[in-house]
Amino acid sequence: MSKTMNLTLHVWRQKGGTDIGGFETYKAPEISEHMSFLEMLDVVNERLLADGKEPIAFDSDCREGICGMCGLVINGVPHGPNAATTTCQLHMRHFNDGDEITIEPWRAAAFPVLRDLVVDRGAFDRIIQAGGYVSVNAGSAPEANGLPVAKPDADRAMDAAACIGCGACVAACPNASAMLFVAAKAAHLGLLPQGQPERYERVKKMVAQMDAEGFGHCSNHYECMAACPKEISVDFIARLNRDLMRATVVERDHEEKSGGAG
Amino acid sequence: MQSRLDSKAPSGPIETRWDRHRFGMKLVNPANRRKYKIIVVGTGLAGGAGAASLGEMGYNVLSFCYQDSPRRAHSIAAQGGINAAKNYKNDGDSIHRLFYDTVKGGDFRARESNVHRLAELSVNIIDQCVAQGVPFAREYGGLLDNRSFGGAQVSRTFYARGQTGQQLLLGAYQALARQIEAGTVKSFPRTEMLDVIVVDGVARGIVTRDMVSGKVEAHVADAVVLATGGYGNAFFLSTNAIGCNATAVWRAHKKGAFFANPCFTQIHPTCIPAGGDYQSKLTLMSESLRNDGRVWVPKSAGDCGRDPAEIAEKDRDYYLERLYPSFGNLVPRDIASRRAKMVCDEGRGVGTELEGVRRGVYLDFRDSIKRLGEAKIRERYGNLFEMYERITGENPYKTPMRIYPASHYTMGGLWVDYNLMTTIPGCFAAGEANFSDHGANRLGASALMQGLADGYFVLPYVLGNYLASAKLASVDEGHIEVKKAVADVEERIEKLLSIGGERTPDSFHRELGNIIWNNCGMARSAQGLEGALARIPALREEFWQNLKVTGTGESLNQTLEKAGRVADFMELGELMCRDALARDESCGCHYREEHVTEEGEAARNDSEYQYVAAWEHTGDLSKPTLHKEALEFEYVLPVARSYK
Repeated sequence: MSKTMNLTLHVWRQKGGTDIGGFETYKAPEISEHMSFLEMLDVVNERLLADGKEPIAFDSDCREGICGMCGLVINGVPHGPNAATTTCQLHMRHFNDGDEITIEPWRAAAFPVLRDLVVDRGAFDRIIQAGGYVSVNAGSAPEANGLPVAKPDADRAMDAAACIGCGACVAACPNASAMLFVAAKAAHLGLLPQGQPERYERVKKMVAQMDAEGFGHCSNHYECMAACPKEISVDFIARLNRDLMRATVVERDHEEKSGGAG
Repeated sequence: MQSRLDSKAPSGPIETRWDRHRFGMKLVNPANRRKYKIIVVGTGLAGGAGAASLGEMGYNVLSFCYQDSPRRAHSIAAQGGINAAKNYKNDGDSIHRLFYDTVKGGDFRARESNVHRLAELSVNIIDQCVAQGVPFAREYGGLLDNRSFGGAQVSRTFYARGQTGQQLLLGAYQALARQIEAGTVKSFPRTEMLDVIVVDGVARGIVTRDMVSGKVEAHVADAVVLATGGYGNAFFLSTNAIGCNATAVWRAHKKGAFFANPCFTQIHPTCIPAGGDYQSKLTLMSESLRNDGRVWVPKSAGDCGRDPAEIAEKDRDYYLERLYPSFGNLVPRDIASRRAKMVCDEGRGVGTELEGVRRGVYLDFRDSIKRLGEAKIRERYGNLFEMYERITGENPYKTPMRIYPASHYTMGGLWVDYNLMTTIPGCFAAGEANFSDHGANRLGASALMQGLADGYFVLPYVLGNYLASAKLASVDEGHIEVKKAVADVEERIEKLLSIGGERTPDSFHRELGNIIWNNCGMARSAQGLEGALARIPALREEFWQNLKVTGTGESLNQTLEKAGRVADFMELGELMCRDALARDESCGCHYREEHVTEEGEAARNDSEYQYVAAWEHTGDLSKPTLHKEALEFEYVLPVARSYK
């Protein structure tokens, strides 16, 4: 009733950031179709450990597709073959007996490998730190219903806010650009009235940090959207570009108005 | 020893207790705040919001998490919503009603003063989150939408699609990011706390391990906040994240923090059942499914292996509708969970057989689809049906879902007084890590509320009050107690690495989880608990003699991380069983088979057990000391719960 399969895995192993790394091949026999991809790796790891070898290091936490911690490039595709599915939600029934599966970490200069399949995505945190927030201290908020938000705006903001920060967009992009990630945060906050006072400043700062981190430029391949487990739309990138353009105008406007007050 | 359990809960009219208490608190001058260093461990709703708020006030904050980013803490997985007594629906809600529902829902095992404060702060939380840009659901007029949840008779739950926890956490994470940029908060991701540093009886820092480099180091501070979540992963299988662990609270417990009500653990009825012995976690599905799904199992055990479509109507047992005609499939979580266990124990469960028992019941939408049409069901539950199909490979529009209860939340935690301070002065516990607000059972949409109330609106006051009144000696990394704490942690890591046995940390964890789940899960008995209390120490002994960990301590080593966590679960698991055995009554989630009403429901014993059980570590794991904090109910008088 439940099928099992024998697989061959080609897994990227790398001891640390300075190690060169390379592929190792492992047999994965008797894998149940009901296992998740990460449970399949758990089983492989238990066997490696039983043999006295070091298990394959990979990141995961919630294992229900929301925390954004997991992410493997499976046969060349970030998060594997299923659309709108994180690695932890991918199940083995989508593979066949005898399959060879290549498993790699996210590949991007801005996401250095820490070990095996684990990468450092601290660059995403630093982009948010540069301006991905509304500046409001605890205690200073006005009454929640004091500022109505049109439902279509709230819904669209939620579409963008659904980003889980996994980095698949970067891994999928031939330029390793982080534009979809930045655009999603800029749109989430920029679509809401609460985000207006800092809207243009926020966009400028986040894009500057993105550039400083070494992410590439966007050249409209749209691979990011195809890889995104939350199906975030590239329309938000167009919106980010518009805001960025306006930001330079707003900046000039502010410069003209300032001065002479001293 | 009773005097050590001074709850510091204010007296007098309950509506003004928090106000009066706050007025009595000492304050730290804004210019002096940066001189105080505060450690916050955990970056979920309580820790993230707490660290951000303390940073905004100007304190010097160090924030730690084991994940690669503070944005990933498991608060992110909460689906349903967050309660607040805004009464936007004009349907009779109020702070008092939310307070009342929470005390009653907790089956009269929570502290009234704390719960009232929580209900008061609920309204501020919504204001704060909206101002941060949390995209809550809205009505067409642009105002906030609400829904009813968890059997409440009013609509007070705010939500952001099925991702409310994610959006609230990102709000807190962004506030934290802003403080990191401002320089008030220093962030330490991929860093695990392995001990509390106690100097002269006062918490003065923590010992951590950098999970990438393996470096063990001390961080000295003026106060320590533990916001490290619950211990549901003691069961091995739970809806918690893989990394969730009890190490921080357990280390604090062993350094003097009392552990309260460890046996109060919530089991959620609608989770996807385990599929095999490879199962790494269980996935929860919103219990809103019970609004339109009918729960059943075959009447005859002989039918359990058959295709459900072939089982005739007369051969099906819709057991919740049969036993609870007025609430039917909508009985509270604890009852739905227990009844599912009972029918599976009778051999009438469905799905994959694991260890000789099928553990699953059907949740069938056939009749709803017939009545409302598939389109309507898709509109209501489309995303949940998709999630179910992605995991199980079965289409719930065609064949009934299979569900089974799973460990989901822990009401127990470190004992704290009204100021969220543990029995170690200077060590605070917030969110799920403390025990304070949910009693023996937590209501739906209340965990997010408590985490954010503690983080945004309680910690900023109680920390100030503590720091302004504590007279702290100067301590640095060279202090003998600090050096000793670091040396102890290093020795323990070395020990885990050097056992050289045959069994993996996961295999021990699974076995431990099974013992606790079978004996201290949905139903408990003296006999079962005594058996567990004999088996756990033996398993622990084997762990320390037969554990296998490869690799070194000086690198990223996930096996070593697991081993350390399992070692702590081995000790905590014993205390859970001990507490369950000592509480010789049934209440809320704690269902002692010896104490059941004629109708088969939990029978509370208020005259003997109306207290918080706070356990003190004595150095001997088999002989912890029980301290009791008596609970008084002045505003919500204890009554029996009935759902017949």
